[in-house]
Amino acid sequence: MDITLQAPLVSAPTSVEVRGVIRRFGAVTALEDLTLQALEHEVVCVVGPSGCGKSTLLELVCGLQAPDAGSVSGAPAVYMPQRDLLFPWLTALDNAALPLRVAGASRAAARAQAHPLFAELGLDGFERARPEALSGGMRQRVAFLRTLLSGKPVLALDEPFAALDALTRVEVQRWLEEALARTPRTVVLVTHDVEEAVVLGDRVVVLSPRPGRVVAELPVGLPRPRRRTDADVVALRERALAALGVPA
Amino acid sequence: MKARTILLPALLLLVLLGAWELYARLGPLDPLILPAPDQIASSLWHDRGLLWDNLAVTGREVLLGILVAVVAGVGCAIAIHLSATLRRGVYPLLVASQTLPIVIIAPLLVAWFGYDLAPKLAIVALICFFPVTVTTLDALASVDPDAIKLLRTLDASRWQVFRHLEAPAALPGLLSGAKIAVAVAVIGAVLAEQAGSSDGLGHLLLQAIPQLETPRAYAAVVLLSALALLLFGALTLAERLAVPWAPRTKRRNA
Repeated sequence: MDITLQAPLVSAPTSVEVRGVIRRFGAVTALEDLTLQALEHEVVCVVGPSGCGKSTLLELVCGLQAPDAGSVSGAPAVYMPQRDLLFPWLTALDNAALPLRVAGASRAAARAQAHPLFAELGLDGFERARPEALSGGMRQRVAFLRTLLSGKPVLALDEPFAALDALTRVEVQRWLEEALARTPRTVVLVTHDVEEAVVLGDRVVVLSPRPGRVVAELPVGLPRPRRRTDADVVALRERALAALGVPA
Repeated sequence: MKARTILLPALLLLVLLGAWELYARLGPLDPLILPAPDQIASSLWHDRGLLWDNLAVTGREVLLGILVAVVAGVGCAIAIHLSATLRRGVYPLLVASQTLPIVIIAPLLVAWFGYDLAPKLAIVALICFFPVTVTTLDALASVDPDAIKLLRTLDASRWQVFRHLEAPAALPGLLSGAKIAVAVAVIGAVLAEQAGSSDGLGHLLLQAIPQLETPRAYAAVVLLSALALLLFGALTLAERLAVPWAPRTKRRNA
């Protein structure tokens, strides 16, 4: 298998560059000498054991934290937290349109701008629904749409599928792939699910247990859409798991 | 479920009233000391003009007092929430303000402000603003930090975080505080009236007892209680209309 030989799109400009970053919280070192890049429109999936500083990494990419050493640079990023965090007082459409409102659009203008995408991404008919009336999968789609509508070139996704059941997860993952095919973005997605990383990523970055360092980088380079059962996906998953130190 | 929540307390109340009626009529006490419920009801009817006029006075004091308390309480909560310095400096003073014995403060305020509306508003507001401040402040402080992070990566200003996230999230807390406040507001208004006033149900109470108009005094108490219940009900309704997303409040008051 020559997966490692397939280089990512070298010609694309870099969207996210994390170089030699160290981040400490008191006596605890969360990230140690971490270096990571995401090229424009590349989907980088970061996997690692619990507590390896994945969420810290995303907050650094979004500028919500500053590193103690090293540098973080790149295009503006929007943060999508693990839970959907839809605002219960807003309708589904108004939740999706929130970034436009924050950017200064009137309520009507924000709705008008959000609505075509809302419909296009299979949420038609749920515009006025309150989040509590939506299923978990629907809520996550609305949250994704809100993230996309921020217009930021980089999406920082923190375990976006962790709260979904297995069936819904596959469905929303497929949906995200389609959404990204329509409006390509640079994505840094952290997950503890190796399979998910291989299915979704252009590149899989494996972090060590705390303090987090990059222990392996696996370019995926498989045609989309991928299935969990594809032989190449399974092979790559085994390699990622081996890098994590999980015996096969 | 709904019928039972009304039926059960109503039934209990009827039993209590029946026991009271029996005790007042057959017991050892003089009706001048303990009037029977039917005497109180009759006073409610016969003194209706007098009672109504005084209820209007007390009602106005309570409503305006709560209004002052909500404005002051929300103002305090927002200021304390936005400034760590104020939290350290003002919050302990707010707590200390609640240790002032209102019973003693009330006559002093009357001496200061006179017999008109001002001291009543001050006393009602002093009692009521604290629950509003505390519940609003707690609601503001318990906003999900991840939601704030999300808004910050959307380049939201401090004002926008407040406007889009903190203010709507704090609304249920504010209304809970106001509900606690109405229950004590009526007590505050009566205290204020008894400290110095020429009208209001508190004044009427003070007059009725030495005049041996005990049923009228009890009638005034019934009206005061009804006033508090009415205000509480109105706020519960306002809560359902204004924060329909809060499932907690729905279940509690259903």
